[in-house]
Amino acid sequence: MMSRRIGRQTVMLKNAPGVTAWASVAGQKEHDGPYGALFDAVISDELNGESSFEAAERSILEKAIKLCALKANRKLDEVQMLLAGDLLNQIISAGFAARNLAIPFYGLYGACSTMSESLSLGSMIADGGFADRMICATCSHFCTAERQYRAPLELGNQRTPTAQWTVTGAGAVMVSSGAAARQDRIALTHTTCGRVIDLGITDQNNMGAAMAPAAADTLTAHFDDTGRGFDDFDLVVTGDLGILGRELLIRLLDEKGIRVKEERLFDCGSEIFAKRQDTHCGGSGCGCAASMLCAHILPQLYTGRLKRVLFMATGALLSPTTTMQGESIPGVAHAVVFEHREEIPG
Amino acid sequence: MSNDYAARYQAMVSRLAPKSDMLNGILRAFFVGGLICMIGQAINDLYNYGMCLGADATAAATSITLIVISALLTGVGVYDRIGKFAGAGSIVPITGFANSVIAPAMEFRREGLVMGVGAKLFTLAGPVLVYGISSSVIVGLIVCLLK
Repeated sequence: MMSRRIGRQTVMLKNAPGVTAWASVAGQKEHDGPYGALFDAVISDELNGESSFEAAERSILEKAIKLCALKANRKLDEVQMLLAGDLLNQIISAGFAARNLAIPFYGLYGACSTMSESLSLGSMIADGGFADRMICATCSHFCTAERQYRAPLELGNQRTPTAQWTVTGAGAVMVSSGAAARQDRIALTHTTCGRVIDLGITDQNNMGAAMAPAAADTLTAHFDDTGRGFDDFDLVVTGDLGILGRELLIRLLDEKGIRVKEERLFDCGSEIFAKRQDTHCGGSGCGCAASMLCAHILPQLYTGRLKRVLFMATGALLSPTTTMQGESIPGVAHAVVFEHREEIPG
Repeated sequence: MSNDYAARYQAMVSRLAPKSDMLNGILRAFFVGGLICMIGQAINDLYNYGMCLGADATAAATSITLIVISALLTGVGVYDRIGKFAGAGSIVPITGFANSVIAPAMEFRREGLVMGVGAKLFTLAGPVLVYGISSSVIVGLIVCLLK
């Protein structure tokens, strides 16, 4: 059997699984942002008709998954696997959503890197022929993240200048394999599994700085393994580095001798909110990269406006306990490569 | 990763990180904090001279009034906005202390009255109470011994 591994960390998906459908759900603040019109569904109330914020978060994940299946014209029981995770303790949003959806479920935790983690694993499962179709999904909610990681919502405190705003949103992507997948206009071609990198950042209000080294490490590994560089991609998409994190990534790559084409580096966290929305360093959370991927990036890959995109969501693997114990914040980033596929004649 | 590399990175982070606008923050804190104290003084004068409550009752009634106002403003979602603008100006006065108790009470209501509100009520104010009361006991003992 020909090995699919190239280099140290990258896997080439020789069967090129297809991306069949995708769906995004966002909250009101995200809807008010510059990409607001692109989301498939918007919840106007942060409780979304549920009794708690946690229930609201899982409801938006469910909604994204159902929408994704609907857009692929598939019933939920035709989806063979659900690979999902979220930020909350014991990944309750994903687990509880899976309870209602009754799709066989693998729960993942990669903090805000979960979208690329699920796509990375999902694409390998599909490439190996272990499932015909699966949904990779994740979500986050501002109110649940605030209460778990920071302070009660009504507390009259100030956010630091490097703080980021957790996105209320979800994204779901259907990955398919086999003959049917070859009709899909988007293919997954490579995936790079990231190492956990920690350069000693301890400020939990500066996630961008904690995650940028992991992004730089994974991107360098991907370029080394594949022999590609910025020129080979229409866009390199990062998850939620934020304005500071993006700047740090550019400098870290520069130190490693990788020239960044700034117009080709798109950070979902830096883009999802407008400056007037006063989020300081931008958006964060699993739902940030997931909803922007599904609302803004995949549609352009479908139409061929973008031909090849590297998508790399980053995660900060901390917990409130480690922060209180004075530990520094480890970061991780996984990368997947999407390619536009021209229509196959006949 | 070497420690040297990490140290250089941390230096780069602190160089590039946006800084708080200290002057603006201090001015806002000064004026909003001052305004809250002025309102407190007005309430104090009203009780003392208008209603002739006497010194002890006036002090208690003024504190209670400010706490009630703060609780109301927290409940209707205004106090966090004041806090965002004023920073320490609205945290330091007694209204800020009330806010730090009411906010978790509201937040953890869904986890029930005992392990939710009951257990989480003093998550923010608890340290202030522990060290505030402890230090007053120590100071009290010292004063007692010196007399």
